[in-house]
Amino acid sequence: MDVILLQLLNGLDKGGAYALIALGLTLIFGTLGVVNFAHGALFMLGAFCAVSFNALLGLEVVTVDETQTTAWGTPLEVRTPYVEAYLGDFGAWILNYSVPVSILIAIPVMLLVGFVMERGLIKHFYKRAHADQILVTFGLAIVLQEIIKSIYGANPIPQAAPVAVRGAADIGALFGFDPGVIVYPYWRMVYLAFAGVMIAGVFAFLQFTTFGMVVRAGMADRDTVGLLGINIERRFTIVFAIAAVVAGLAGVMYTPILPPDYHMGMDFLVLSFVVVVVGGMGSLSGAVLAGFLLGILQSFASMNEVKAIFPGIDQIIIYLVAVIVLLVRPRGLMGRKGVMEN
Amino acid sequence: MSLIRKPLNRRSILRAGAVGGAALATPTIFTSKVWSAGYLNEPTGAEVILGFNVPQTGAYADEGADELRAYQLAVKHLNGEGDGGMLNTFSSKALQGNGVNGKKVAYVTGDTQTKSDAARASAKRMIEKDGAVMITGGSSSGVAIAVQSLCQEAGVIFMAGLTHSNDTTGKDKRKNGFRHFFNTEMSGAALAPVLKNAFGTDRTAYHLTADYTWGWSQEGSIKKYTEGMGWNTAAAVRTPLGAGDFSQYITPVLNSGADVLVLNHYGKDMVNSLTQAVQFGLRDKQVNGKDFAIVVPLYSRLMAQGAGENVKGIFGSTNWHWSLQDEGSKAFVKSFGQEYGFPPSQAAHTTYCQALLYADAAQRAGTFEPCALAAALEGFEFDGMGNGPTLYRAEDHQCFKDVLVVKGKENPSSQFDVLEVVEVTPRSQVEYPAEMLGGELGACNNGA
Repeated sequence: MDVILLQLLNGLDKGGAYALIALGLTLIFGTLGVVNFAHGALFMLGAFCAVSFNALLGLEVVTVDETQTTAWGTPLEVRTPYVEAYLGDFGAWILNYSVPVSILIAIPVMLLVGFVMERGLIKHFYKRAHADQILVTFGLAIVLQEIIKSIYGANPIPQAAPVAVRGAADIGALFGFDPGVIVYPYWRMVYLAFAGVMIAGVFAFLQFTTFGMVVRAGMADRDTVGLLGINIERRFTIVFAIAAVVAGLAGVMYTPILPPDYHMGMDFLVLSFVVVVVGGMGSLSGAVLAGFLLGILQSFASMNEVKAIFPGIDQIIIYLVAVIVLLVRPRGLMGRKGVMEN
Repeated sequence: MSLIRKPLNRRSILRAGAVGGAALATPTIFTSKVWSAGYLNEPTGAEVILGFNVPQTGAYADEGADELRAYQLAVKHLNGEGDGGMLNTFSSKALQGNGVNGKKVAYVTGDTQTKSDAARASAKRMIEKDGAVMITGGSSSGVAIAVQSLCQEAGVIFMAGLTHSNDTTGKDKRKNGFRHFFNTEMSGAALAPVLKNAFGTDRTAYHLTADYTWGWSQEGSIKKYTEGMGWNTAAAVRTPLGAGDFSQYITPVLNSGADVLVLNHYGKDMVNSLTQAVQFGLRDKQVNGKDFAIVVPLYSRLMAQGAGENVKGIFGSTNWHWSLQDEGSKAFVKSFGQEYGFPPSQAAHTTYCQALLYADAAQRAGTFEPCALAAALEGFEFDGMGNGPTLYRAEDHQCFKDVLVVKGKENPSSQFDVLEVVEVTPRSQVEYPAEMLGGELGACNNGA
């Protein structure tokens, strides 16, 4: 029972990341009709917003201590972060909370990235074949990750969660299990809650605002909305930027779980596409449902008991489920009629 | 007798040229040490070309960049530039800092991408198009084994870079291939006594293992030595390479009854699995009345930096560390630090040593001919390169030297100061019979 609960929790936070990326992918596909292979790179860029902010905070005053030398004989450099030197305790607080605070930096950065990406490149491929879109966005993803690698190198860069949420909670003890049996990191719980808030926020935005209503109408019938005199293309640009923000923030908050490197977007991209296909192309709720479902299934498939019966199942479970779902429900779990069917 | 003179044609000119050239060259052929024995890419000009095949792109690009820095430094020192580095402490005094066998050392580079096919393609290009007489470098056992095999077929020497699997000088060893870096067998032999002292003999280990040749080799060695001292193995779970999130593999450890987690992961996998294991509270957990322990059998300082403060107190082994205080290490750290502004990694150290060892063997043999050079390396005993007295064993081309057991430092003084050496395991303790790991060296290939 305890093992099942633990894997359920694992699946939920993993599913949260899949769902957030897949949500953005579906938004872009549903509105613009573009298969965006650069979406994983947006997740990675978000993570590097946190890295950059942390590096900025870590800029140091360097003083040379002539009385001491390094192992290679040069005078020792003593380094103190500016933010701590000038802001004292408040500086130390910002350093401690650099990951959540970097959300404030990531929102405008990702909005700008999304806007530039859509206006500068993607819009020229709206009327091109999906194969062209895939090639150009995949190429863009490679360019973005190589830029990041040239700046930050290839090694993962650790980002610490705030001290207050750095440990693990003994959840089992709260529900009568033996102490230490169901332990779960605080930051993963924070991430799960964050994913829930983000998903709810996107749905509320689309459901309860006029802008959202127009976007939903555009997703259903773009031509009719255009005939009503609404500049749907401009709104779709904003949707692209919002999708970039969602992916970026998912990346920011994931950094304490997975030390970011230039390739992390690609690692998530393929899985997220499977999530979109299983959920149903163009279906936002389908993307969220499939994200959590596949995250949980992936976790359960990794259990030793399951692997003892089906060796290697943890590495193929997502694709196996995708095949089965597409055989049984060709449009995916909640796919709309007419999307990607012509 | 015909009085008609034969007209000059292409064939007669070539014949006359060859005869004339041979006559003119005769005195130098017999006096030169580097006389032609007919081998692949025999250097004929003023330079000898070495091929540095390192990961310049991909996940190990930073490690590859450090290897390349070390090679460039070695070339400088071999050609008499800079402070000479380890040439001043190396026990063999054959090299004088004026090139090798009278030739200036030049180099070409290739990008392995840490992919076997790409590594073989770049090595092939350096051999066939650039005329490299030796190939060296790399940061993966899969790549090392693939390139070693290619060099054997082509007929050039391969001086392996960072490769830790037993197979490189075990079942996949080749007569043309040589490894300075240690292997998983040595890691197990060095780590076990330290783990016994730190955690006792009544322990239960849970292995998470990267599912490829190096991971299997590492898991096998650590299990062999820990079980040999009384530990039980609760489970050994294979994880896909590059899994990213290891939480689903870590949570079963919580209730497995194990009190030690052995992470047979390297590179990004090590950074991620260690970070997440610490997040799940394993480092601070108590099981069976004992403090839970995490072990990372192969440490890399470059990678340990990626795991940040999560490495604190975690045991592992390493081939070399820049904080060593022997004369060879100090000379190398000084030379490298002054050139680049930071200390070298173990990858930089092993590749620098390999470049010097190759050059020294060529100088002693008086030729770059692979078979003569291999003979000069086989059974070669040396010192002054940072790991104490070292032997290049003739039977498997594996270097035997002291092995370092390290621990994540509690209070690092800088971003480079993440590991501390807790024990220098003597060479005698990590030696094993050559036939134990199987394989055959086969015959040497000159490529002629």
